[in-house]
Amino acid sequence: MSTVIRAESVTKAFTMQYHRSLKQIALAKMRGMKTHDRFNAVDEVSFTVQQGESVGLMGLNGSGKSTLLKLVSGVMQPDSGQLLTRGRVAGLIATGAGFQPEVSGRDNLWLNAAILGMSEAETRRKMEEILDFADLGKFIDTPVVYYSSGMKARLGFAVAINVEADIFIADEALAVGDRPFKRKCKERMREIRENGTTIFFVSHSPGAVKQMCDRVLVLEKGKLGFDGDVEDGISYLHYDEGEDGDDDEGLGSDD
Amino acid sequence: MTISEERQAPGRHRADRVAEPSEPTLTPSSHNNGLLEVFRRRYLLRLLVRSTVQARYQGTVLGWIWSYVQPGVRFCMYYFVFQILIGRGGTEVYPFAIHLICGMVLVHFFTETFNGGTRSLVSNRSLIVKLPVPRELFPVATMLVAFWHTMPMVVITLGASLILGWTPSLVGIAAGMLGLAIIGVLGLALSLLFSVANVFFRDFSKVTQTLTQFTTFSVPMIYPYSLVEDRFSRIPWVADVYLLNPVAEAVLLMQRCFWVPLTRDPEAALVEQMPADLVSRGLVMLALSLVGLALAQVWFSKLERRVPERL
Repeated sequence: MSTVIRAESVTKAFTMQYHRSLKQIALAKMRGMKTHDRFNAVDEVSFTVQQGESVGLMGLNGSGKSTLLKLVSGVMQPDSGQLLTRGRVAGLIATGAGFQPEVSGRDNLWLNAAILGMSEAETRRKMEEILDFADLGKFIDTPVVYYSSGMKARLGFAVAINVEADIFIADEALAVGDRPFKRKCKERMREIRENGTTIFFVSHSPGAVKQMCDRVLVLEKGKLGFDGDVEDGISYLHYDEGEDGDDDEGLGSDD
Repeated sequence: MTISEERQAPGRHRADRVAEPSEPTLTPSSHNNGLLEVFRRRYLLRLLVRSTVQARYQGTVLGWIWSYVQPGVRFCMYYFVFQILIGRGGTEVYPFAIHLICGMVLVHFFTETFNGGTRSLVSNRSLIVKLPVPRELFPVATMLVAFWHTMPMVVITLGASLILGWTPSLVGIAAGMLGLAIIGVLGLALSLLFSVANVFFRDFSKVTQTLTQFTTFSVPMIYPYSLVEDRFSRIPWVADVYLLNPVAEAVLLMQRCFWVPLTRDPEAALVEQMPADLVSRGLVMLALSLVGLALAQVWFSKLERRVPERL
């Protein structure tokens, strides 16, 4: 077993700009108001993830989950501390980001695969699988602009879920598309997990986390509040209280 | 297996790879290799450029023909107005139409690169804030798309010149390529500089728009370079300052390629209409543009880390 993610006191600060134009800034200065503020979205977070682990990242809205995920995926750099990863980080993040609406679904698949870091040969190898997964039939050769939102989502998912990753991150409810498509996604996620790929999964759904993960990290206002067993993490968040049977984040209840 | 090899073929032999002692090491999750990273991911760059080009004429019946029709019509219009109607240029700047289009080609390339490049980060916001792609990719892609759309104009210039009896010369062609290279490098440098500034203050795209409005008039295109020398013959440094503009220099190089050989007396045109040491000046400009590009990259890398949160 080797370490695939290592975060060492990772901190990311954001500047909140209250005013943008010169006039507003001047007025605010005159009145003695603050023109901007800084806060730590992720605050001194440290943890390590071993290969093959499946980690659920939980926390209330605004607790810094997405920022931490962006630090892991490399979209953002920490202001202090270090975040190291091994191998390719990919997964269900921003599926469909970078689609060119005027270009056909097929061309968008190639482009999207390249954006996610796949080489030409790799895309060619996986193309059939991706097309099969998206299952868009004849529509694959029409411009994406004519797609329904569900079709667009399937296209994005089909590429993202078929990228071979060493660290697979998922930041989206898997509740896109119809029931058969959802089932297909779940199936594929299970395969990824069984392949020994490290999974980093953001969710609000205790059911989905219980099913997918063997460890939970809980963020509280940017700080790491809990790191450990799934059940304990969920009760730490008090997510086990009240009814949570009806949350449908795709992976959880719907089986 | 190094990281870059790993990126090429991750997980292909997952089972044997675990056993291998030389698997990829832990590295910082975000890379910051600047333009080198763009070069490393040139396959993505190629797809991005291709789909942007495709998108422009999507849904049209004539498709790519439009990229010839538009500049072609513009050229005919200018030719009619300036050469036939006003009689601009007379014998001195004959053939004026070629003189003009040499300028138009490069001004088009420059303004499209600079304007589009400045907006490129903001307009690709959805990608940049969510996926780890080298951000330099977008200004570079804009420059290449602009180049792609400039090529039809070069072809039209070439065609018109051939009809007028143009014979290519080695120096001329080299000069023309040098002109294109200067604009490409300079446009990219300015795009890097302004695109990242535009993320912090959207004013910069307005600044770019304002600046590019001057371009047409700051280059010898609707007037010959000799006019600048003549009008300011008493204050010679004006022409020197004028020539410090890399775009003007590039336009002159392009005219050296197509227009000079077509004038009544090319030998005289070289002396009277072109500055001395044109080509060596051009080489210096290209070197300066490259230095500018390096500096722009330094500035870009410095500000880039704040880009995702400010978009």
